[in-house]
Amino acid sequence: MSATDQTLDTPRSRPPFGLTRLVLTTLAPIVAALLLSALVLALLSVDPVAYYAYVLRRGLTSWLGLQATLTRMAPLLCLAASLIMAFRAGLWNLGIDGQFLLGAVLVGATAQPLSTVLPQAAMLPLCILVAAAAGALWALVPALLKAYEGVNEIITTLMMTFLGISLANVLVKLLFLDPATTVPQTRTLPVADRLPTLPESTISSGLLIGVVAVLAVHFVMTRTAFGMRLRIVGTNPRAAVHAGLSVPALTIAVFCLSGALAGIAGAVEVLGVQGNVRADWNPAYGLAVIPLVFLARFNGVAAIVFVFAFSILSIGGESAARRLGVPHFFTLVVVSILLIALALAEYVDHRRRQRTT
Amino acid sequence: MEQLLTVAFLTSLLAGAVTAGVPLLLAGLGEQVSEKAGVLNIGIEGMMLVGAYTGFVAAWSTGSFWLGFAAGAAGGMAVALLMALLCVRLGLNQIVVGIALTLGAEGITALLHHVQFSRTYPRLPGVETLPIPFLSEIPVLGRALFDRHPFVYLAVLMVPLLVFVFRRTGLGLHLQAAGDKPAALDAAGVSVVTTRTAAVLFTGAMAGMGGTYMANIGAGLFIPFMTGGAGFIGIVLAMLARGRPGWVLFGALLFGASMALTTALQVGGVNIPTDVIQMVPFAAVMAVLVIFGRRAKLPAALGLPYVRGER
Repeated sequence: MSATDQTLDTPRSRPPFGLTRLVLTTLAPIVAALLLSALVLALLSVDPVAYYAYVLRRGLTSWLGLQATLTRMAPLLCLAASLIMAFRAGLWNLGIDGQFLLGAVLVGATAQPLSTVLPQAAMLPLCILVAAAAGALWALVPALLKAYEGVNEIITTLMMTFLGISLANVLVKLLFLDPATTVPQTRTLPVADRLPTLPESTISSGLLIGVVAVLAVHFVMTRTAFGMRLRIVGTNPRAAVHAGLSVPALTIAVFCLSGALAGIAGAVEVLGVQGNVRADWNPAYGLAVIPLVFLARFNGVAAIVFVFAFSILSIGGESAARRLGVPHFFTLVVVSILLIALALAEYVDHRRRQRTT
Repeated sequence: MEQLLTVAFLTSLLAGAVTAGVPLLLAGLGEQVSEKAGVLNIGIEGMMLVGAYTGFVAAWSTGSFWLGFAAGAAGGMAVALLMALLCVRLGLNQIVVGIALTLGAEGITALLHHVQFSRTYPRLPGVETLPIPFLSEIPVLGRALFDRHPFVYLAVLMVPLLVFVFRRTGLGLHLQAAGDKPAALDAAGVSVVTTRTAAVLFTGAMAGMGGTYMANIGAGLFIPFMTGGAGFIGIVLAMLARGRPGWVLFGALLFGASMALTTALQVGGVNIPTDVIQMVPFAAVMAVLVIFGRRAKLPAALGLPYVRGER
């Protein structure tokens, strides 16, 4: 392996994406994962072909399903942007589910009251800002611990995510309760005040926010000086210190930006789809997005493709759960197998390149 | 009346601390061995969950709690074997594989539970305890600490056993070398891969039994996703204990107590929403990390795969 390959492993410094390499490192793990998952389905005595066909029909080829899929992509893309930012800087922000939920809950609490006093054009951006602030704040503690105490961020972000999920529930049940309903939930934002849908469809315009977020992060990380600094911190923190970079400040900046993007994902989901936050609501999108971002090799454009594919699986899988009796945790199994297959493919690819050079 | 409430409250808190603490203790001790050998075992949550499921099914179908623990250890080791193959032998990213295994374990146990039990949650009968003569007669302490299932005593005995292994045996030295300077271990003619594989498998067995305890004795039933982050708390315990098994025991009881606070407070007549109480153990972990963060020292080669001849 050459030295440049080691130091800055970005799409630019890599050899061009050959066809064999693309097949080996991307398509092969996906096919392998789908085949292994088919085996699991067969063991559950479900016809895998019928299952996959049903998922495709309900998630992609029917117009209703496709609209649901594209709407589902909105929060997932924001989360992907959040992860790409952190992972490219070498920081393992595994707390995005907590950041997402707190962003969502604060939007759930503020959106409806704000909509009564502010015009929609002011209310929506304000809500998104609130969510971003909530997410950033929740990422701040792990950021400070990492920056100044060197505490492993995997552990702190995971702890903060468990805390955040409970705190979100406490907030919904005790503080932001809608007195008009018996089920504990926040006040519901009227459909007219939510994020507008794309013309002639039910697709939430949150999709555009998500796409812009991913592409913006991709651009910042690959094409700007700020992104370059972050990548140096990510690949070699010691070299970054010698290069005169303020590693603690950059660490904190990355965590806050990543947390803010996760919070925005929550806002997009509440403003675009849910309209309120019910107690004990936790879609756990974050855990699903982590493997997708790995699969995309932290590349924003590729992430959009994989988020689209996952959304089909997710929407189709939810219908299949009702119709074919395969519980939706089956998608967890698929994602897990995919992640391992991907890591194995990466290993094989690495060995192959070692042999050729 | 007030006196009665306090005694009931304390007994309930202590008993709950032990019940919630034993899985944390096993997970923490197991993780400690892995970390000592240089493997950050994020998959431990998945190992606990699989152990909880296999242990529960074995105990439920055979009626034997001991067979349950054996099956739990086997289940945890099965996941650990995957982890060892992928991370130790092939050197894949330990974080990615750890997350994948945890996700997979969550999915597969929930699926299997769905297939086998549909929406029912069968209960195991209560366990028979082994009261230790005299000690179990002590008020408050006796009932909580010395009138338990024999497995609890065995779990606590693991602490001095591990201290002995770490301090007094060649194996302990090998483990430490595998984590701090794997190249030195290799040069001494001991296989780093074998040492680390053994450590990861041990972790799997411990975590699996921890999960089994949680399901069979703690709850008496299996619920999907029931470990709820206990494995991650085990990782924190191992990190803060810095290689000392005794500290894991202390930490496990402390976090166990904060988990047991809900029921204890209800027994004591105080009603606090469960969501608030659920935050306590995690908030405690964060507080400890904020205060002692700098001291959470980890082995030098933690998380790095060992490739012979590579610097």
